[in-house]
Amino acid sequence: MNQFKKFLGLVWMIFGVFAYGMLLKTCLEQIRSKPTTDTIIQWSIFAIIFLPIAIGFLIFGWLAFQGAYDQLPESSEAVED
Amino acid sequence: MQTGDSKKQIRKVIFASSVGTLIEWYDFYIFGSLAPIIAAQFFPKSNPTAALLSTLATFAAGFIVRPFGALVFGRLGDKVGRKYTFLLTLILMGGSTFAIGLIPGYETIGFAAPLLVLLLRLVQGLALGGEYGGAATYVAEHSPAERRGFFTSWIQTTATLGLLLSLGIILITRKSMAADAAESIRAFESWGWRIPFWFSILLVGMSIYIRLKMHESPLFTKLKAAGKTSVNPIKESLMHRGNLKMVLLALFGATMGQGVVWYTGQFYAQTFLETACKIDFEQTRTILIWAIIFATPLFIVFGHWSDKVGRKWIIMAGLLLAVFSYRPIYRQMLQITNTESSIADAGKTRIERVINPVAGKDYSLQSTTTLQFHQNGIVERSVHADTLYADGTEKAGSSKKVSKELPDGSYWAIVALVFVQIVFVTMVYGPIAAFLVEIFPTKIRYTSMSLPYHLGNGVFGGMTPFIAVLLGTIYTGDALVGLWYPIAVAAVCLVIGVIYLNNRVDPDVND
Repeated sequence: MNQFKKFLGLVWMIFGVFAYGMLLKTCLEQIRSKPTTDTIIQWSIFAIIFLPIAIGFLIFGWLAFQGAYDQLPESSEAVED
Repeated sequence: MQTGDSKKQIRKVIFASSVGTLIEWYDFYIFGSLAPIIAAQFFPKSNPTAALLSTLATFAAGFIVRPFGALVFGRLGDKVGRKYTFLLTLILMGGSTFAIGLIPGYETIGFAAPLLVLLLRLVQGLALGGEYGGAATYVAEHSPAERRGFFTSWIQTTATLGLLLSLGIILITRKSMAADAAESIRAFESWGWRIPFWFSILLVGMSIYIRLKMHESPLFTKLKAAGKTSVNPIKESLMHRGNLKMVLLALFGATMGQGVVWYTGQFYAQTFLETACKIDFEQTRTILIWAIIFATPLFIVFGHWSDKVGRKWIIMAGLLLAVFSYRPIYRQMLQITNTESSIADAGKTRIERVINPVAGKDYSLQSTTTLQFHQNGIVERSVHADTLYADGTEKAGSSKKVSKELPDGSYWAIVALVFVQIVFVTMVYGPIAAFLVEIFPTKIRYTSMSLPYHLGNGVFGGMTPFIAVLLGTIYTGDALVGLWYPIAVAAVCLVIGVIYLNNRVDPDVND
């Protein structure tokens, strides 16, 4: 199971980059096809606020790949270790 | 075993926390529910800057500011204490809501009006970001381990009850402005919309009084007395690898899926009924009200059950059911409200024309209302406006507004379909406060649990109606295309949750 969790870590990293890339592509297409204030603001906000989330997803995948989730902490001391 | 006194004490804690949180949700949702009226009053489309502020007010407060509120007030809650922090968020939320109801319209004070509304909406978003984590932490830290899910589930009812309260107050106000129904709606849209905002100050005053009488969380008091509170909760939450990994797991394995299920069942459902199914304003609201009333007790049921079987599998089951049943449910809603395959009774069709002269112009506006009575019992009302010129020429209007009134059978069938979606909400949301409280240490709990909660609900969840509608405008061939967003997010969350989360109920949150 732990090997599977680690392998999926790679999948999450690739998925994070791919999903954000798709979002960015859609944003640019939409802004190009209808360059009104509403469209620019809406899609820019999507692109900006999903960027840190995509980075978070990458970090999550990296941590999973490194085995950080093999054993979850059972006490606060373990979380802080 | 709890003594009579401690039972009484925990009831007080739950009541004080829940009432305040419910009021904060009410305050937050009345803005969203009244968005079209507020836009007309403060953000005229003719002024591009005002239109820009409108978009920012809609997006920024709900999505960007809430996680910042979680960090700002979470830090305060972990350093100063839970009680005073969620008192502060309540005062900020109540004050800004009341103030929105006082701002003169764009026509009176011009550009200052939308700017003030935007600022106050940002304060609302910040306050909401700080409230929930405080209330959930406060209740959980008073609860015995074996009943933590049950006690915190009362906090979990507040978001849905806040929405219910906002819908109810708006409907009652809209109907009671004047004896004549049309006049009442006109008065509501002119100034009556302010009443639900003013009403908030009464609720907030009451809640502040109740909360002032409460004591600080016993766990936090103990921690503070021992000098063990966190020096920098944000740094410890996000820069410490051990804690960051739990913040990320909570977000991607639980709250992002929970957020989209919450907003699909209670917000997108409303948007879909009104825009895709064309059900009229009042019926759409009452459908949601009934579904919420029937489903709300299930928050408590699933919270209580999670104390016995663990939080994980209840949340995951809710996600699984949502992923596989959203499309069939929404397809069924479209089918029930479909009038294209139902023949209208031509003998009963009524057409009413009203001509209103426009003062100072050489034309009048002609409004044509057509009422069609379909075989399946649906009454379809279409309103079409044309311009009539003095020389007798007529210019056909391009817009046609259609709304449908459902007969009893179809109405209750839709209530049942929305109810099922809210059952999924109760499954994913009922146990989640206990789940979040249990995975973080006391000294940074407020900050650590607030962040994934508001990213999951504010960003992933709050975006649901907008992204779903936007998808519908891009891929026009499929009326259900908007559902792919919540389905995809819930599915990814389900896989992560099933694989990485454990089902352990923490016996000790005192550490």
